[in-house]
Amino acid sequence: MAVFSRGFGGRVRESTPDLPPGQFLTEDFPVLSAGPTPEIDTAEWEFTIRTETGASHSWDWDAFRALPSELVATDIHCVTRWSKLGTSWRGVSLDTLFEEVESSYDYVMAHSYGGYTTNLPLEDLLDGKAWIAYEFDGEDLDPEHGGPARLLIPHLYFWKSAKWVNGLVMMKDDEPGFWEQNGYHTYGDPWQEQRYW
Amino acid sequence: MSSHVDGNALAGPLSEVFHTDMTTAVCCCDGCGETTTLASEMVYGAHGLVVRCRSCDDVLITIVETPERVVLSFPGVSSVSVERGAPSA
Repeated sequence: MAVFSRGFGGRVRESTPDLPPGQFLTEDFPVLSAGPTPEIDTAEWEFTIRTETGASHSWDWDAFRALPSELVATDIHCVTRWSKLGTSWRGVSLDTLFEEVESSYDYVMAHSYGGYTTNLPLEDLLDGKAWIAYEFDGEDLDPEHGGPARLLIPHLYFWKSAKWVNGLVMMKDDEPGFWEQNGYHTYGDPWQEQRYW
Repeated sequence: MSSHVDGNALAGPLSEVFHTDMTTAVCCCDGCGETTTLASEMVYGAHGLVVRCRSCDDVLITIVETPERVVLSFPGVSSVSVERGAPSA
């Protein structure tokens, strides 16, 4: 893998202050997938939050889409060094989904159709920092980009914004998800360049 | 891309770690028992390489290249068989 010098990264940021260190602008929307794109019929779709008591809070597609949504304009940063500025999404805030959820645990494992997982501190999902997004640029989210719905956590590297998300499980301790077990940083702050172990 | 290539794409990354051609190594999938060469498996390129069983789609191997190291994980492989080279004269 190519390694970029600090000097080169610095010059890029000088001209584009919204770009985290080591990142490069793209106008495209690259597709990175660890496996085949799952075919998910919204009639079968379900999103569930499970807590330590065994309680589960579930939404089918109609119930999910009936929740209040927000338009989110944000920059996104992929750990493979591309960033895309000023993207436009629509989704349901995790604050809304957690309104009825009671848990004393501080960590969350996100699960997706297809088996992908990624770990997150609960505080990174709340207070207007994360959404379950179902539209991109005013259109239904394309399956290649995680449709019908994906996590959107733009302040972390984009592998944390799990495509095809179908549930969150509360965890007492921070345990690594798919990429976090296999070489990537447990938290993934792009401004700190937290790419790898 | 969300499509995959075959396991011959592993030749380069694995040659950095193993001093033999690992694409001819025979892997047994822990999930379904399919046994075949690495060259025959499916490879997805995401934040690293993800090798999936051509029969059941399970993740066999992941390869993440960081600036300092190559991180290999074998979450779905029950065995790897590598042919010995010809004995030196």
